Amino acid sequence: MAAPPRSFGFHTRAVHAGARPEPVTGARAIPIFQTTSYVFEDADAAAAYFNLQEYGNTYSRIMNPTVAAFEERIANLEGGVGGVAFASGLAAQTAALFTMLEPGDHVVASSALYGGTVTQLKHLLRKLSIDLTFVDPDRVDAWRDALTDKTKLLFGETIGNPAGNVLDIEALAHVAHDHGAPLMIDNTFATPYLCRPLEWGADIVVHSATKFIGGHGTSIGGVVVDAGRFDWSNGRYAIVAAPSPAYHGLAFHETFGMYGYLMKLRAETLRDLGAALAPLNAFLFMQGLETLPLRMKAHVANAVAVAQFLAADNRVERVRYAGLDDSPYRALRDKYLPRGAGAVFCFDLAGGRDAGRTFIAALNIFSHLANVGDAKSLVIHPASTTHRQLSDAELTAAGIGPGTIRLSIGIEDADDLIWDLKQGLAAVRNE
Amino acid sequence: MSEVLIKPYQDAAVIQRLVSGARTIAMVGLSANPLRPSNFVGFYLLRHGFRVIPVNPREREVLGQRSVENLAQIDVPVDIVDVFREPSVVPQIAADAAAIGAKALWLQFGVVHEAGAAQAREAGLDVVMDLCLKIEHARYLGRMHWLGFSTGVISARRRPPV
Repeated sequence: MAAPPRSFGFHTRAVHAGARPEPVTGARAIPIFQTTSYVFEDADAAAAYFNLQEYGNTYSRIMNPTVAAFEERIANLEGGVGGVAFASGLAAQTAALFTMLEPGDHVVASSALYGGTVTQLKHLLRKLSIDLTFVDPDRVDAWRDALTDKTKLLFGETIGNPAGNVLDIEALAHVAHDHGAPLMIDNTFATPYLCRPLEWGADIVVHSATKFIGGHGTSIGGVVVDAGRFDWSNGRYAIVAAPSPAYHGLAFHETFGMYGYLMKLRAETLRDLGAALAPLNAFLFMQGLETLPLRMKAHVANAVAVAQFLAADNRVERVRYAGLDDSPYRALRDKYLPRGAGAVFCFDLAGGRDAGRTFIAALNIFSHLANVGDAKSLVIHPASTTHRQLSDAELTAAGIGPGTIRLSIGIEDADDLIWDLKQGLAAVRNE
Repeated sequence: MSEVLIKPYQDAAVIQRLVSGARTIAMVGLSANPLRPSNFVGFYLLRHGFRVIPVNPREREVLGQRSVENLAQIDVPVDIVDVFREPSVVPQIAADAAAIGAKALWLQFGVVHEAGAAQAREAGLDVVMDLCLKIEHARYLGRMHWLGFSTGVISARRRPPV
């Protein structure tokens, strides 16, 4: 018989959501369904699946049971009605945008975004004749002032880059909804353990699962989660609400209600873009999510310890981490990130580009690479790597100084991380 | 209507009892148009072995099932009266459902009528409001999770294949 209803806690859901025992074999771990396609029971079943009259598996470019288990787990943890996973975070974002936008539309986005996202919005969207305005994420008025009658989406990150801006999600949700537009949040740096944007009024959350969700640095992937609350039938989103020529006249929002956007995202956009997540990667993300709350606690505790150490050192000009009490984002952090401001932040070395290179070369525990959110601590010097082609003036405009170092703090012993950073700082002084 | 007034009509234990115990469902307002939400629900319920009786005076037959003009014309026991109509007609349907001895009144998404729901409950019917019968079946007994939707179901019990 059915168990009595209960609201389970985050740790329980991180381990259980989306992964009931496999009914045919009883397998307790989620099986890796390494298959491209699925045999239909009969012709009627096949027709019902393709007509979306029944929840059915047809082809792993569109759905896969292992991927679906991951989608359900992250949707559960974010508090959404469902999720659709993709081959990467950028693929997830592309698909989320393509599902709701048309040529001639306008997007307002934070100017403090991940570089890959900036490129995607600036160049890919403009190729599709979708207009864009970047605004200072800290000024709610700037978002409101940028709105036009064509604005169909507001987009930002829970924790921005490189300044560690904390977004005022609740205020921006009001700005968006007053305009009849959804608010989409990239929650990669916070994860649903530290912040759940949908609970503050955001409509859609996107993730690069590659980062803290996996936590192991083995798999590239992304996911879109929908709160299921936005009214796509408000007259501004014919692309979601009107009968779809790409699906025999189906009106996704009317037919599937709160699930309409996700259904269209899967049945049309994922089908047509083809950026499906591999089942093995979904399995690895499930393993990651099981320990997400435990890891995030360790990440945050280490990040605070390392940031405090760096802030107290006179070879460091400034530390831009919202987890420090002198951060300009302290009030927003206390509201949106009471369990911690994540574990990715930047600091500035006195001594510019040369100091940055010397510092990184002297480290032993921090891995020098272009990723974040791994259980292992990571370091990168943007001025000599990802932003190498920029002049000092251009770096400043991007919020990156010549001596800026970005750290992603792992779950090693904090003492060992500080020991390692001391070696880097000593090398800078000896130069 | 506020969430506070709807919540008493979204009891998970009642919903699970209805989706697993019901056999015969009278669908008031079941459309013959295959692109209408009611048609999706009717198709799904038939596929999962329910007896579906269309209640639609404008159709002779829907999804291969003979349609009746109103609930009073149904001469078999009805477990659930599932409503796809404008909210204003809910009190009349609630009265008709009670009159034929239906066990439950299910009001689909947007079919929200506080007085009508209370009236059916006073007449002894289980009442579910502002939820979809197909989705709730798929959540507890079906395959909603195959498409990445959040069922909210947390359980380590093994269940039969679907």
